[in-house]
Amino acid sequence: MDPTEVPPPLALVDVTKSFGSVRALRGLSLELRPGEIHALVGENGAGKSTLVKTIAGVHRPDSGQLLVDGVPTAFGAPADAQRAGVAVIHQEPTLFPDLSVAENIFVGRQPLTRLRTIDRKRMRSDTGEAFARLGVDMDPDRPARGLSIADQQLVEIAKALTRRARVLVMDEPTAALSGVEAERLFTVARTLRDSGAALLFISHRFDEVFALCDRITVVRDGAFVSCDPTPDLDVDTVVRRMVGRDVTSLYPKEDAERGDTVLEVDGLTRRGVFADVSFRVRAGEIVALAGLVGAGRSEVVRAVFGVDRYDAGAVRVHGTPLPAGRPRAAMAAGMALVPEDRRQQGLVMESSIERNATATRRRPLSRFGLLRPRAERDSAREWGERLELRYGRIDDPVSTLSGGNQQKVVLAKWLSTEPRVLFVDEPTRGIDVGTKAEVHRLLSTLAGRGLAIVMVSSELPEVLGMADRVLVMHEGRITAEIDRADADEESVMYAATGQRPNGAAR
Amino acid sequence: MNAPPAAPGASAAAPPRTPGRPARRRRQFRELGVLLAVVLLITATWLHNPGFLSAQGVRDLFLGATVLAVLAAGQALVLITRNVDLSVGSVMGLSAFGTGALFVALPGLPVPVAMLAGILIGLACGLANGLLVTTAQVPALVVTLGTLYAYRGLGHWWADGGQVNATDMPASFLLLGRVGVLGVPLPAAIAIAVVAAVGFYLANHRSGRELYAIGSNADAARLSGIPAGRRIILAFAANGALAGLAGVLFAARYGTVDSTVGTGMELQVVAAAVVGGVAIAGGVGTVYGAALGAVLLTTITAALPIWQINPFWHQAVVGTLILAAIGLDRLLALRTARKLRGGGARGA
Repeated sequence: MDPTEVPPPLALVDVTKSFGSVRALRGLSLELRPGEIHALVGENGAGKSTLVKTIAGVHRPDSGQLLVDGVPTAFGAPADAQRAGVAVIHQEPTLFPDLSVAENIFVGRQPLTRLRTIDRKRMRSDTGEAFARLGVDMDPDRPARGLSIADQQLVEIAKALTRRARVLVMDEPTAALSGVEAERLFTVARTLRDSGAALLFISHRFDEVFALCDRITVVRDGAFVSCDPTPDLDVDTVVRRMVGRDVTSLYPKEDAERGDTVLEVDGLTRRGVFADVSFRVRAGEIVALAGLVGAGRSEVVRAVFGVDRYDAGAVRVHGTPLPAGRPRAAMAAGMALVPEDRRQQGLVMESSIERNATATRRRPLSRFGLLRPRAERDSAREWGERLELRYGRIDDPVSTLSGGNQQKVVLAKWLSTEPRVLFVDEPTRGIDVGTKAEVHRLLSTLAGRGLAIVMVSSELPEVLGMADRVLVMHEGRITAEIDRADADEESVMYAATGQRPNGAAR
Repeated sequence: MNAPPAAPGASAAAPPRTPGRPARRRRQFRELGVLLAVVLLITATWLHNPGFLSAQGVRDLFLGATVLAVLAAGQALVLITRNVDLSVGSVMGLSAFGTGALFVALPGLPVPVAMLAGILIGLACGLANGLLVTTAQVPALVVTLGTLYAYRGLGHWWADGGQVNATDMPASFLLLGRVGVLGVPLPAAIAIAVVAAVGFYLANHRSGRELYAIGSNADAARLSGIPAGRRIILAFAANGALAGLAGVLFAARYGTVDSTVGTGMELQVVAAAVVGGVAIAGGVGTVYGAALGAVLLTTITAALPIWQINPFWHQAVVGTLILAAIGLDRLLALRTARKLRGGGARGA
């Protein structure tokens, strides 16, 4: 059929979406045609997941249009999108742990008997059929609880399959799948395409994108970059379009003298999350952990700090082994962790600035077991000045601050413990450009004073601008270790997507 | 588009299905465990003192469990959605007194109409709970703690310190508490029928299963297009109606009601549900289990005097039982989790 005659089953025209001050989508357009697999590629944070959620009816666009069969439509809720024939496989599986696998697939639309009760036999056989098409060996009656991420993803795919959707959106469906499983999924995807469905496929694996998709759209910073038929493109062009932007000026990394090795991590393994992670960090050094979302970077940091357990491996600070699973011991050894999600993990949002900033030092600031408000206040003020914190009153709730200043409070909270190793996880996420530069300058100064810094970041420019060394993780393993001199967008991106794993050092 | 034909080469790879169904077995096991405890307790007590299972003894056992079992079944509906209703004792009291007051006000009223009125009072209270929980987005624990006092206050205001006596109620209504069906007292038979019906609905209807889905993962439920708010209101309304029914059954059995009926009942109800395997965290349990939990608790109450155990110990025994039930659930969950894990481990 000629796609120009039939209106596309789903199209986005000039869609924008902001969350607070962060503009996730800025004027994005996309057209999904029947009988075509369309790839969407872009860096972490380029707006892909926001786009998917807009299509799924989770987010409503601030402006722009969503066309179903050429007719402007508003999806007020996920149910509306489903009714329009859109099925979405989200990046994060959304299963019901207490329900059986079969019920998870058919929830809300279970086959019924004549008496309007659930036809369990048919539900089970339909599930078996869908699994057979995917070549999956799973008991439809087992509960979803305890399924591996890959199996959860397969359940999601079976869910979408049985929905008989006209539009199928897959947000990184293969991130957790093995090669065989992924290959089966592609067979199914091609069958769906040949029967006239429109598919949107999001992946960081270029081999898959090029093998499977008919057309590739590149997005960057929430905006459309290009859309071309696959045969007209090659991997290098796509990578260049994904990252292409000015890097240097924003990231003022000073050269610092490297001291002794402060942190040693050896063979750290947590089953199903990361495996055999080893690295060393020296005083005065900034080491970046790069990789895609879900590669296991934050999990490694959390395990080293003792928030999460690990199954094997060892952590040593200044040569002294650190007991596993005890953040308090990690703090005593001079470690500090600025977590990924400052609202949930870094701050008590309703509490005051001073309370938050001094939360790590309640003991030194108290006398006879009682906190001294004066000491708390003075200490918080002092750190506020050092970090150029902008606030109204020191006892205002921390929720009244901007994102960047909130992050500074978290930094104050940890820097005041005078750490020797600082972990920062996504230090500038959701922060405006000016404050971003301040945070970068601060980290750089700290390294200059001999602090060892491990930075997890999904922003390539930040990684390249700040790090002395880049460790790239892919699916739970360190796939490359790249020195500052050799690190560029492409080498990091290749390692992060599992391409040419032997191209760089290691 | 229709289901496309099976992908070539994929269907042939369909592997044999593993026969194990640990989840089902576990859940059945959980309820059977409570049933076993009831049977053991009754048998042991009967061997100790055969009078325990005299005709009157059996009747007392049934009637004792009736009200609590109906309440526990209703509470299970709410708990499964990861909410809780603490107002059931007050709702039951309001319904019991309301039914009695109706007989006083309208002496000629047909018994079924009065019973229906009692259930409707409960339904209205439950509906209000559900609406408050879903619209105000306040935890159910707080909302129903508020309505617990509000409904009780309403009852006190209505009763104005008075009570309704057996003489005010028609004989045919009070007979409800005395006649039996196949040796089972009528209220108990009603309770069994209600529990069976609600249990069947919960297991076999879409909206029933959706209650489990909501309690299991509320965000996923919304993503799946389940009208979570409406379902939660439904659960609260049904629970209210069942509390209303419990009030009617209470009035029929005792004949004398005042505004304090059901005071403190809510915690017994939650205890019964938890002992019966309904998880406070939502998504797990059945009304059968909750009802069996109620039977176990009331049987303990009845059996302790026969063993000449100081009633002082009663609450301690119930408390131990709750802790044991939670411990057992945790143990079973850990064991199944270990059994279910495996495969797909990344990197390792």
